[in-house]
Amino acid sequence: MGEAASLLHFEDFPVGEVITYGRYQVAAEEIVDFAREYDPQPFHVDEAAARASLLGGLCASGWHVCAIIMRLMVEGYYGRTASMGSTGIDEVKWLKPVRPGDVLSCRRTTLEARVSAKRPEMGIVKMHFDLFDAQGDVKAEMIGINLVRVRNRQ
Amino acid sequence: MKGLFLDEIELDREETLGSHHFTRQAMLRFAQAYDPQPFHLDDEAARQSHFGALCASGWHTAAAWMKCYTAFNERHRIERASRGESLPDIGPSPGFQNLKWLKPVYVGDTITYACRTKDKRPLRTKPGWGLLQFSTLGRNQKEDPVFSFDGKVLVQMRRR
Repeated sequence: MGEAASLLHFEDFPVGEVITYGRYQVAAEEIVDFAREYDPQPFHVDEAAARASLLGGLCASGWHVCAIIMRLMVEGYYGRTASMGSTGIDEVKWLKPVRPGDVLSCRRTTLEARVSAKRPEMGIVKMHFDLFDAQGDVKAEMIGINLVRVRNRQ
Repeated sequence: MKGLFLDEIELDREETLGSHHFTRQAMLRFAQAYDPQPFHLDDEAARQSHFGALCASGWHTAAAWMKCYTAFNERHRIERASRGESLPDIGPSPGFQNLKWLKPVYVGDTITYACRTKDKRPLRTKPGWGLLQFSTLGRNQKEDPVFSFDGKVLVQMRRR
């Protein structure tokens, strides 16, 4: 009971809030392992082919980058949130390649927050995420929905 | 896409990319690595959640789309190469829009992914390359739509 009460709820996500969190170092081995299983394009699995490609060197699959944003989200706040999952993502921009050795963090900005008309126990929180490296270069942007349980139902 | 140059790609064409079977083991492995929420990891917690049973991370459903898309393209590239036709370089993607997780993907589900070409245009900023836009849909074995998004990818143009 005490555990559920200590979780972040819909009311804890005010519009306009900006929070930075997380640290994730990406290894070449992890980039190649993910890509071999899900996205075996040359620039994700083969250093020489990657150098000759438009991306100029080995880099993580964009879907891997999204998965890393998710991991940072769960570690950063969603793991201690009364989460109800997500209905989807408005937009992702893969702005710069994520390379082996990059150390990534995330910054979230709450864009919108409303209670579902159909399901009054569910809050719909729209977030903007920036995934950036140790130099502050933004590698990817994501705008997506966090579904969060409402704490105080009238 | 399909080992075609941008010039050769026909618009409003739908292709079935392939199917992916979601095993408990793979779902748990993906969730442990990237999306360790209780309803992706623990049967009892999932039963008590609004999902009702263990379900795949939405990013696992998305990654499996990519797996089917790349395998589909590779099959066509190999066929083309075997006919002695030239192949474009593979291009990256700048991102996507309107990704929807329409229904949960549960243990044992098989998702069949399709892709429809929507628009193409040359890129002024990258001579020799163009942008292809497409929409995608994943359906489970009951034909229920579970996943969709609007994607884009850079595709090389034929050298003139």
